[in-house]
Amino acid sequence: MSSKRVLIIGGGIAGQAAAESIREHDQDASITMICGEPRLPYDRVRLSEILVDGSSADTLALRPAEWYEDQRVETITGAWVIAVDSDARTITLADGRELSYDALVLATGSVPLMPPIPGIDLPGVHAFRGPEDCEQIRVAASRPGVRAVVIGGGLLGLEAARGIVAQGAPVTVVHLVDRLMERQLDAAAAGLLVPKFAEMGVSVELERATDQIFSRPSGAVAGLNFADGESLDADLVVVSIGIRPELTLAREAGVELDRGIVVDDTMATSLPGIWALGECAQHDGIVHGLVAPIHDQARVLGETLTGAGAARYRGSTPSAKLKVAGIDLVSIGHAEGDSEVISSDTAAGVYRKLVVRDGRAAGAVLLGDIRGHEALLAEITAAAEVEDPLGRLAEAAVATPADLPDDAQICNCNGVCKGQLVSAVVEDGCNTPLEVMSRTRAGTGCGSCKPAVIEIVQSAGGGANEPAYLCACAKQTREQLAARIREDGLQSVSDVSGACGTGRECGACKPALAYLVSEVNDNRHREERHARFINDRVHANIQNDGTFSVVPRMYGGVTSPDELRRIADAAEKYNVRMVKVTGGQRIDLLGVDKEDLPAIWRDLGMPSGHAYAKAVRTVKTCVGRDFCRFGIGDSVKLGIDLEHAWEGLYTPAKVKGGVSGCPRNCAEATVKDIGVVAVEGGWQVRVGGAAGANVREADILTTVETRAEALRISTVFLQYYRENADYKERAYDFVPRIGLEEIRAVVEDETRAGELLERFRIAKAAAFDPWLERDEPYHERQFSDLDDVELVGPPAGGER
Amino acid sequence: MIRVCAVEDVPPGEGRNVSVGDLRLAVFRTDSGWYATEAGCPHMQGPLADGIVADASVICPLHERRFSLQTGAEINGSLCVKTYRAVVHRDDVYILADVPVLAGA
Repeated sequence: MSSKRVLIIGGGIAGQAAAESIREHDQDASITMICGEPRLPYDRVRLSEILVDGSSADTLALRPAEWYEDQRVETITGAWVIAVDSDARTITLADGRELSYDALVLATGSVPLMPPIPGIDLPGVHAFRGPEDCEQIRVAASRPGVRAVVIGGGLLGLEAARGIVAQGAPVTVVHLVDRLMERQLDAAAAGLLVPKFAEMGVSVELERATDQIFSRPSGAVAGLNFADGESLDADLVVVSIGIRPELTLAREAGVELDRGIVVDDTMATSLPGIWALGECAQHDGIVHGLVAPIHDQARVLGETLTGAGAARYRGSTPSAKLKVAGIDLVSIGHAEGDSEVISSDTAAGVYRKLVVRDGRAAGAVLLGDIRGHEALLAEITAAAEVEDPLGRLAEAAVATPADLPDDAQICNCNGVCKGQLVSAVVEDGCNTPLEVMSRTRAGTGCGSCKPAVIEIVQSAGGGANEPAYLCACAKQTREQLAARIREDGLQSVSDVSGACGTGRECGACKPALAYLVSEVNDNRHREERHARFINDRVHANIQNDGTFSVVPRMYGGVTSPDELRRIADAAEKYNVRMVKVTGGQRIDLLGVDKEDLPAIWRDLGMPSGHAYAKAVRTVKTCVGRDFCRFGIGDSVKLGIDLEHAWEGLYTPAKVKGGVSGCPRNCAEATVKDIGVVAVEGGWQVRVGGAAGANVREADILTTVETRAEALRISTVFLQYYRENADYKERAYDFVPRIGLEEIRAVVEDETRAGELLERFRIAKAAAFDPWLERDEPYHERQFSDLDDVELVGPPAGGER
Repeated sequence: MIRVCAVEDVPPGEGRNVSVGDLRLAVFRTDSGWYATEAGCPHMQGPLADGIVADASVICPLHERRFSLQTGAEINGSLCVKTYRAVVHRDDVYILADVPVLAGA
């Protein structure tokens, strides 16, 4: 029998979940997913993230592109299906292509509801459904003076409001009914939510029925009129009043419809060979609009469609989490019932309620303190009997994820249960939360379950009580190895490998070991390049095509016409593919071949910018007192001094610095690993800031009077970090791990600070510009391949 | 047997690329001997010769996939890289590769 041909229409979370579940049960089926949007499936649940920070939709991808290749799931993106012939079992795409199927999965999702009111089509009125909407809303919201209104105070509307306010525009949420998120919340919780949003700059107007959106003479939106006769000015209107199932194609196919596509317990529709799931499907009278049911449905569909099993879908317990930074809110099941117990601290903004129906757990609302929500979800899903609801609610607040049953769902984005996490540790041998997350994908969606995942992995013994090994193969910690290097006077990675067996099996720890050897020996170690990552063997950053990027150092981000000329000449001479100004105030020359590196460095005549290394990369500065009307400190001078002082020394992870000449902080020093801000009467030294995947405001280490003192204190911190951080541990992880108080105690202790500075001085004395290896390579072929081998055969006519 | 380089051409513990006719190979010098593989990682064509080499494995520098230099199998994964036998005779390194020998040249 030839393999089954499965067509999935819809490239959303549901289509993806269906593809994964089908592939899990049938390795041979040919699976094709047709995606209406011009991109691979992404996590729409996290849409508001890209509205907040403007990142690309790619960051929300459910799976990397190679997954589809590995799993042999063919994708056709940006394509629309216009017809289904359920007798012939074929579909037709808009471009005329016809595809046949043995099984068809309708995962067409939903479309935003737009109220049929005058003005809904005006420019400046947006739905909130896809990345394109986010981009338009972002652009509109970042214009100065814009007043924004979100129509709809449900989950999505509130997330949209948060995203808009992050662009600096004031937002009003207008909502038809008397409380926010009425489908998930009771009046009390909804009431507590209003001031939380007000603090963020989002005001809420309830019981507002929008009648009309009116425009300026130019045609652009100008405001809303309400049924009660009042009105509200607005330059940007986002509509998020709900969704309706997308049924156009299902109707065309002829399957039975009600509010959605009617499916039975096997997820089959009324027509043979056609299945449906997700927001377009209606099961037992219910159309689910949340993510968790999709995973439940996909599990059943995968089994029944492939014939691998006889699973049945019995409905899902709705559970929703508001993804708004700073507001913890989870709603599970019914928000109201015949017996309710509530624990509330309105001053603290905490509200916890357990709803019981007929003696069984039926729902929960947790606001401000969502501890125990995984356990409550499991109990509500199981309709567990609750004898002492008040006691149970209190218990849930102190329960740890380790107490959960195996079938408790931990990651709602990817439908991962606790049991799967435990088995990844116990059976598959994953050792760390990171390995478990990459294997199960738990925590890789919205990320809100990460703390629970880490706790479960640890309690299952995964890296739990195990120390963080530098060499996982030989089970040796940084501290153990550092002690051994000191005691035995080990000088190189080979010395340590020989003495302790470190780094021989997989080699992954060799760069960490190389750093440790250099650090303990105050940079007077014996360097072995084989232990370094390629970037540190050739002093440039490897790119995805095997070429390298070259970033010369520009102290404090200051350059000159002469340097710029040389950069321009080098870029042309070496056919640089892109010249890019970096976020750290440098110029990046991308796409340089390895063997050209020595020559381009020579032509540039500038020192290495260390943009490839775990080292101090940049100290970003604002123009400061010399030019700026507001500047109170010479930030450029301090930035240049810091870079000269720190240049060339390796660090556990990359270090980015910044110096701002006044508290307006144009150099963004408060989100740098080490940042200095000029304040009235001195300099504030901050450490542990971040503005990458996570954003963390740097802690204020101390405030000093002079530039020299700022340089000294930040150098003491840098050396303390160099000596005590784990490899790859950024300052923003190091500072909270050690604790600001402890770090302060060290830098303020004159003896310890003096010792740190002395070791720093010795290490710095041994540092050199690695780009000088252009003239003194460590090996003749540091930058070059082997010579080509010409194949010369026997003379013509001879045997091959 | 095709001579690809002298022993001293590859620094200890590292790899280097070499073109043999139309074939692009990576040659590795490790503590446990010499190895050769196809040059590109089967995942996304990362340059394996630039990877970190341990006793008998290499880690692709692009996405850290690790392959056994003896069998070519990906460790903790399902990919496989093509391997060639490499042998040292006196000061030269040879590989056993099934390459068409060009006549004349």
